[in-house]
Amino acid sequence: MKWIVILSGKGGTGKTTISAALADLASRDMKIVLADADVDAANLDLLLQSQQTACTAFMGGQIAVIDETACIACGRCEEVCRFEAVVAGNPYTINAEMCEGCLSCLYQCPVEAIHVENHQSGEWYRSSSDYGSVFHANLMPGEENSGKLVSELVEAAQQEAESTGAKALIIDGPPGIGCPVTAACRSVDMALIVSEPTVSGKHDMQRVLQLCRHFGLEVFLVLNKCDLNEHLREEMLSFAQEEGMRNLGELPYDESVMQALFSAQPLTRLENHPLNPRLIEIWEHLKEHL
Amino acid sequence: MQIAISLQENNGLDSAVSPIFGRCPYFMLYDTETGTFQIKENSAKSAAGGAGVQAAQMVVNEGAQAVISGNLGPKAHSVLASAQIKIFQCESGNAKTALEQFQQQALSSLSGPSAPMHSG
Amino acid sequence: MRIAIASGKGGTGKTTIAANLAQSCARRSKNEVWLLDCDVEAPNAALFLQPTFDQEKESIRLMPIFNQEKCDGCGHCAQVCTYNAIAVAGGKVIFFKELCHACGSCTLNCPQAAITEEPETIGWLQAGHSDELNFAQGKLKIGFSSPVPVIRDLKKWALQNASQEALIFLDASPGCTCPVVETLRDADAALLVTEPTPFGLHDLKLIVQVVQDQMELPCGVVLNKSGENDGLIEDFCTEKQIPILMRLPLSRQIAQVYSEGTLLIDALPELEKPFQMLADQLQSFEKQNPEVGK
Repeated sequence: MKWIVILSGKGGTGKTTISAALADLASRDMKIVLADADVDAANLDLLLQSQQTACTAFMGGQIAVIDETACIACGRCEEVCRFEAVVAGNPYTINAEMCEGCLSCLYQCPVEAIHVENHQSGEWYRSSSDYGSVFHANLMPGEENSGKLVSELVEAAQQEAESTGAKALIIDGPPGIGCPVTAACRSVDMALIVSEPTVSGKHDMQRVLQLCRHFGLEVFLVLNKCDLNEHLREEMLSFAQEEGMRNLGELPYDESVMQALFSAQPLTRLENHPLNPRLIEIWEHLKEHL
Repeated sequence: MQIAISLQENNGLDSAVSPIFGRCPYFMLYDTETGTFQIKENSAKSAAGGAGVQAAQMVVNEGAQAVISGNLGPKAHSVLASAQIKIFQCESGNAKTALEQFQQQALSSLSGPSAPMHSG
Repeated sequence: MRIAIASGKGGTGKTTIAANLAQSCARRSKNEVWLLDCDVEAPNAALFLQPTFDQEKESIRLMPIFNQEKCDGCGHCAQVCTYNAIAVAGGKVIFFKELCHACGSCTLNCPQAAITEEPETIGWLQAGHSDELNFAQGKLKIGFSSPVPVIRDLKKWALQNASQEALIFLDASPGCTCPVVETLRDADAALLVTEPTPFGLHDLKLIVQVVQDQMELPCGVVLNKSGENDGLIEDFCTEKQIPILMRLPLSRQIAQVYSEGTLLIDALPELEKPFQMLADQLQSFEKQNPEVGK
């Protein structure tokens, strides 16, 4: 069974649109499991339209809480807090938004007036769709995206893929290169980078490639909006070749894709969409490596 | 001696071995002298970060002298190595078969991490 | 006045809008104009503004050093460390720097006073100019977990000498989690960049929740890649009483200029006016709410 994560570095390159298309094509040939690891702004399900079968609360973090009756307003907690989370007063209080949950104040409080509370910062779901089981999540706005929710989600998807004999697990990865991305790369075999021939696209592709190297992943490339800028396209393709990235194919800039998203299904489900033959080629190339 | 085994479930000696160390749901602590064991929840299972470190610390604190597991990352490995805990690799089967293989010296021992970060 | 530019969805054009708007303001205004690129994991605004940097500073936090001779292996430091950055095994302390959040707890809690601290670089800050525009950015060191301290440092350091009348733009990272909240903190208003697609609307709702409900900031929307489906965003904005302050059309030409890393206001003179009008509308944010800017 192969596990593949789809990354971009930069947002807006078409990663989720392409993930959904690959999910559709793959599911016609084999049993797959899907995960949307962009828990901050989870969009994959807008195209997969899955039905929820299970929902699990995510207890994301812990915060320190001061018992106002026990507080003697000595200010020790404010002295030790490095995150500007303590508000002076009588009693002192902790700003839950700023609190990192390090608990330094808890250990330093001379009257043991501080305790720790776990709080729910999101939830994750197991859903069923026409393409296979889908694991996705929502992190509540303003919460910390430490990668922990992504880890839980990806692990659950991996377990289901293993136990149901799926041939592939496709993870729609988050943007950027931070902790949520490293969490999405856990135990995967391959990374598919979706990029675009723009200066931002090139810059971020290089950064995300570094991350993939760090994990020792086999790396593939799909260049989207490929005809937007010819010289950048050439630069990126030759960079990709030098770096040993396997080019799976290219897709031209196509404004009709935006409209197609309104159909709430993968692009490949729309008969005669002009990008479909290229998407099928990309899938066929990827399939050889699975 | 005490052996720690990473498990997928809490089902006595029939428990399936977990192929990952840091976030496995349970550990079995097996005493080879008395043949008795305990199964404990792995407190590191839902750690935000450093799950391997926390799991390894738990194993150290329990006084284990050997670990049987699947994949271990570099952090977990350095903690166990510091306590001179021997690591043996086993990714499948259950606790019973893993212990049998261990007694027969059929399990390969790991001198370094078996996987890059975040794989185990 | 501080205006944060955020989005919810990545790739809607946040940095494009921020760079063009800030430069447009800087060219026309007698007052100081700043742009801070707070997307410290992947700062891209400099690609468009080509600034000259004349100041640099490291973003530093204090991290523990363990005196193994004084250490008696009690393991207390490992117990209090919430981040699993410390393990005690074989009588030795093992420290994992990349997991450390620099909270100082282990240092305070060691019964043998065997832990001291030393500064560790977690990122880099740079400040300079692009023509008349004051520009600063932060970059998080790869491997370190949280961008929030670097963003915090960037704001403090870059703006310490900013004048009272300065107009300050803060380009946030995409999404609506901690680093975006940190960027929005102390802002007077937010500009939310979106696109007229189901993805754009879905993610706009999330960021509006943060901006309006959690942080109670006035906001306006910039609708990028505007076209026949604008109604999707218009209806939501009407419902939430959020003005749409500018629309940029879906246009291959705009996409091409963007791909080169050129400012739209330089390559396409017909876009100068819309950015100027957007800037004028920001002024009315300030006038509407007398508290804004204080």
